[in-house]
Amino acid sequence: MSATDRNLLEVDNLTISYRVEDQWIPAVRDFRLRLQPGQIVGLVGESGSGKSTVALALMHYLSSNGRVESGGRLQFDDEDLLRKSNAEMRQLWAKRIKFVPQNAAAALNPSIKIGRQVMEVLKAAEGIDGHEAYSRMMQMFHDVNLVDPERVAERYPHELSGGMQQRVTIAMALISNPELLIMDEPTTGLDVTTEAVILDLVRGLISERDTGVVYITHNLGVVAQLCERVLVLYAGEIMEEASVLDLFQHPRHPYTLGLISSVPKPGQNKSAAQLQSIAGNPPALTRIPGGCVFAERCPLVIDLCRERKPPLETLGDGRLVRCHRWEEMEEGVLSSPPIPRPLVPPVNPPRLSGGVPQGGKGRKTLHPITSGGNWSGGNGQTLMQVSDLMKHFPVERNLREILGRTEPSPIRAVDGVDLQLRAGQTLGLVGESGSGKTTLARLIIGLEERSGGGLQLLGMDVRNSVRERSQDVLSKLQMVFQNPQNSLNPYLSVRQTIRRPLMKLRGFSAAAADAEALALLERVNLRAEYAERYPDELSGGEKQRVAIARAFASDPDLIICDEPVSALDVSVQSAVLNLLAALQDDHGSAYLFISHNLSVVGYLADTIAVMYLGQLFEVGEARELFQAPYHPYTEALVSAIPVPDPLHSSERILLSDDLPSAQNLPSGCRFHTRCPRKIGEICETDEPPWRQGDAGHLIRCHIPLEELTIAQSGLIPLDAVD
Amino acid sequence: MKLETISRLYVAIKRTARSQLRHPQSAAGTLLVAFFLILALFGPQLAPHRNPNDQSHDVRVPPTLDLGALQLGEHPFGTDRLGRDVYSRVILGAGSIFRIAGLGTLISVILGSALGLFMGYQGGWVDEVIGRVIDALLAIPALLLALVLIGIIRNLDFAAGSWQAALADNVILLVISVLYIPIVARVARSTTLDIKTREFVEAAQIRGESQFYIIFREILPSVIPSLVVEASLRFSYAIFLVASLGFLGFGARPPSPDWGLMVNENRGGFYQLTPWALEFPALAIAILVIAVNLMSDGIRRAVQKGT
Ligand code: SF4
Ligand code: SF4
Repeated sequence: MSATDRNLLEVDNLTISYRVEDQWIPAVRDFRLRLQPGQIVGLVGESGSGKSTVALALMHYLSSNGRVESGGRLQFDDEDLLRKSNAEMRQLWAKRIKFVPQNAAAALNPSIKIGRQVMEVLKAAEGIDGHEAYSRMMQMFHDVNLVDPERVAERYPHELSGGMQQRVTIAMALISNPELLIMDEPTTGLDVTTEAVILDLVRGLISERDTGVVYITHNLGVVAQLCERVLVLYAGEIMEEASVLDLFQHPRHPYTLGLISSVPKPGQNKSAAQLQSIAGNPPALTRIPGGCVFAERCPLVIDLCRERKPPLETLGDGRLVRCHRWEEMEEGVLSSPPIPRPLVPPVNPPRLSGGVPQGGKGRKTLHPITSGGNWSGGNGQTLMQVSDLMKHFPVERNLREILGRTEPSPIRAVDGVDLQLRAGQTLGLVGESGSGKTTLARLIIGLEERSGGGLQLLGMDVRNSVRERSQDVLSKLQMVFQNPQNSLNPYLSVRQTIRRPLMKLRGFSAAAADAEALALLERVNLRAEYAERYPDELSGGEKQRVAIARAFASDPDLIICDEPVSALDVSVQSAVLNLLAALQDDHGSAYLFISHNLSVVGYLADTIAVMYLGQLFEVGEARELFQAPYHPYTEALVSAIPVPDPLHSSERILLSDDLPSAQNLPSGCRFHTRCPRKIGEICETDEPPWRQGDAGHLIRCHIPLEELTIAQSGLIPLDAVD
Repeated sequence: MKLETISRLYVAIKRTARSQLRHPQSAAGTLLVAFFLILALFGPQLAPHRNPNDQSHDVRVPPTLDLGALQLGEHPFGTDRLGRDVYSRVILGAGSIFRIAGLGTLISVILGSALGLFMGYQGGWVDEVIGRVIDALLAIPALLLALVLIGIIRNLDFAAGSWQAALADNVILLVISVLYIPIVARVARSTTLDIKTREFVEAAQIRGESQFYIIFREILPSVIPSLVVEASLRFSYAIFLVASLGFLGFGARPPSPDWGLMVNENRGGFYQLTPWALEFPALAIAILVIAVNLMSDGIRRAVQKGT
C-alpha cells in the first residue's frame, strides 16, 4: 500500500441541501472525508442516507435544486472544487476526476459504437487519437478482461451484456489514468457472479495505479471485500468512520453493529437463530430529529441522545464516531453474534477410501426427485409436485427464416424441471438472471402458461393459467412480488388491499373482512392505523409487509416469494425475513423462495434448488449447499458471495459473464461454456447424469461426487482438475 | 370506499390548484376558462338582449365600448348589418361552443378510454385489429374526415323525429366523437399497457378477479391522470374544431350566434362595413383557445408532477 501522507481529497463540513417545495432541506450534513492516492474508501448507507448526494457533490454534478452550503471545504489535490465553474470542472472531468455510475447502459451513448466512445474520452483527456488511441484502448480493454476487444469496439452498447457494459464504463473511466475515481454502486443490479468479477477487476486495477477511489454502495459484503476505510452514513450524517477491519470487528456505533449483524451470512439458517434487525425506518429528510438521528431505532438510546446531537468525535486510533455512548460500545454493551464461517474449512472430510460411495456411480436418473430423492428434513406430506415442467417462448421469424421457411428455435426459459415441495417447507430457488427461475415461479402461479409437463397440488392436477383455475386452487397459491413499489395498487388503501382476497377467496362479509384485515396487519407487525393509509405513505419495508399480509389473507398452502427482499434496505430486509419465518411457523404454509442472493435463500430455505439456463443442476438441503461437494456452478455462485467479513478470503471462482442465450443452448452440459471444472469432450456432448449424495443431495455433473468433494475441499487446486 | 375515493380526488385537485398557482400563465388560463364557462352557463341572464336575433336596433352601430372610461355603452361591440347586438350574440354564443365541445369531449373520453382500456388489457388480435382501424382513421386529416362525415349525414333523408334525424342535428358531436375516440383510446391503451404489467394487477389475476374488475377497479384509477390531461387537450382542440366548422359553414346554421359562423357571415365586403362584427367573435375564439391551452398545460404539469 502506497500510504503517503498526502491527501488526494479532503472534505470538511460539507452540507448539501435540496430544494423541496420552496424550502432548502439539508440532505447531507457535516460530511467529512480523507482519501489518499491508491486508497479505496467505501461509503455505505441505505437508501436515503445521502451517499449518492455526496457522490454528486464531489463530482460537481448537483442539479439545480441541490446546492452545497457555504462553510464547507472540498479540496482535491491543490484545487478548491467548491470554487470551480462548470467549465473548469469540465477540464478536471476530462482527465483527473472520473465517475462510474450504477447504470452503465444509461451512461453509454446507445447510437455510437463502443470504440468511438472510448476513443473520444482519450481525445478529450490527452488529445491523442488515431492509432495511438486505438492501441491504448485495446490495452485498456485487455486490462478490464473484455474478451475479444476488437469485436467489442465495433459493437453498440445494447449488444453487450450488463457486465460487459460496466467493464466498458470502467475502462472509459480509467483510460485517462485519473487521480480520483468515484464509483456509485457500480455492481448493483448485476449478478453475484458478475459482481465478483467486477470487484476483482477494480481491486486489481487500483492496486496498479495511484488512483484514489470513493466507492459508494449499500452492500456491506462489497465493502468488506474491497475497501480499506469505510464511512457509514445514516440519514445524511456520518455515523462512523474506521478501517474496514476495525469497523467489522469492533464497531463503535450501534447502527454499524446493527447493520453488520442484520445481514444473513452464507450458511446461516433460520433454524439456528433469528436474524438481528434494526426496528423501524430511517427518518424522512424533512423530519430529521434534533438529537441523534438514529435515536428512534437505537437499542442504546438514553434521554441525552434525544436532547443533544452527538458530535463527530475522533478516537485515539484515528476513527470517527458519532454517538454519546461509544465508550460503552467499546466495552461491549452490545455485541454481535459470532459470524459463522462455514465456507473456510471443509465440513465433510473427503472420503478417499472405505465406506460406501454415495451414489457416485453415475447412475442416470432423469427424474431424480420424483424417483426417490429422500429429504431428511421434510416429513410433511407432498404439497406440490412439478414434473418435467417446460416453458418455451416462441420467437418471431426474421426475414431469413421467413424466406427459408424455417422455424426459429424457441426460447427455452424453463426446460424440464422436476421439483417436489412438502407442506410447511421452504424451497429456495437460486440462479443468475436469465436462469429461468422467475418464469418457473410464474408457471406455478399460473401467470404464464406452460408448454409442457405437469403440476400437481396436493395430488391434484392444477390447470395451466389462473383463468382456468378453481377458487379452491387460487386460494391455496399466493405470491409475494419483488418490487414493493408496484405490488400494491396506489389508489387502494391498505385495508382495501388486504380485505379483497378475504372477501373474494374466503367468502368473508365486508365487516368480517375488515376485522380480519386488522388481525392480519397485526400479524405482520403493523399498527391498526396503517389500515387507512395508502401505499405512497408507506416505506418499502412496510409495503412489503402489506403485500405479505395480502398473500396470507387467503390462508394459502404455498406462497411464492419472488425476490421479496431484494429491493429493501439491509436493515429492513432482515426484519422481513424474520417475519416470513415466523408466519410460516404459525400458518404452516410452504414457500417457494426465489432469490439471486444465496445468503438470503440459505437463511430461509430448508432445501435449495440451483437453476441454470432453464434446468436444475443441484438440489439439496440448505446446509448441504454451502459445503462440498458442490455442483461446479453452485461452487462459483457460493464463492462469489461478497461476505461481510474482511477476514474472510476464499478463492473466488470467476465465471465469464456471457450467459449463453436460452434460444441457442449449449449441447451436452449447458454449463460447459463457463464451467471451470469441465473435464473434457463428454461435457460438450453428453447430458450429465444426476448423482445422489447424502440426504438426498443431488448434483447433475459428469464428475463423480467423491472427486468433486476432494477437488473442492482444497486438496487439489482448481487448475489441476482441468 | 366512495368517501376515500372522493378524499383522494380532493387531494389531487388541491395539488393541481397549488401547482396552477405557481405558474401564473396557467392560472390565468384557468381563470379565463372559468370566465367563459360562466358566460356559457348564464349567458341569457348576462346578455343585455336575450334574443340573439333581435333586429330592432340600429344597423352598423360602431362599438360603444370605452376601455379608457370603463364604460360599456349601448352596444359595447356594436351592431351588425342586420341590427343585431354583437355583444349579446358573443355572450350567447359561448353556450353553444361549450356545449358541443364539452359534450363531444366527454363522449370521446368516456368511450375512448373504455375502448383503450379494453384493447390494452386484452392485447392479442383484438388489440391488433382495433389498433389498425384506429391507425387508418387517424391517417385521414381531421378536417377532411369531418367534412366528409357531415356531407354524408346531411345528405341523408331521415324521417322527422327518428333517431337518425336527431343524429343529423347533432352531427358536430358525432364528428368530434369519431375524431377523438381513437385518439383517447390510444392514450388509454398505452397507459394500460404500462399499468397492466404492474405487480398489483398480477396479484389481482392470481386472486381470479374478473376482467371487468381488473380493468375498472385496479387499472382505471392509474390511467385517470393521463386521461385528465388528454381530456383537457381534446377540449381545446374541440373548441377549435367547432369554431372552424362554424366558420366553414358546416357547423351551426344561421341565424345561430355561433362564433365561427359570425366570423364567416361578416367576411369579405361586409368586413369593410362592420369590422367589429367579425373582430369580436374572432377575438373570443382566440382567447378561449389560448386559455384552454394554458389550462391544459397546467393540468398536465400538475398531473405529471404528482405521479
Ligand atoms: S447517540 Fe444515543 S441514540 Fe444515537 S446512536 Fe448513540 S446511543 Fe444511540
Ligand atoms: S458436466 Fe462438465 S461442464 Fe457440466 S458442470 Fe460438470 S464438469 Fe462442468
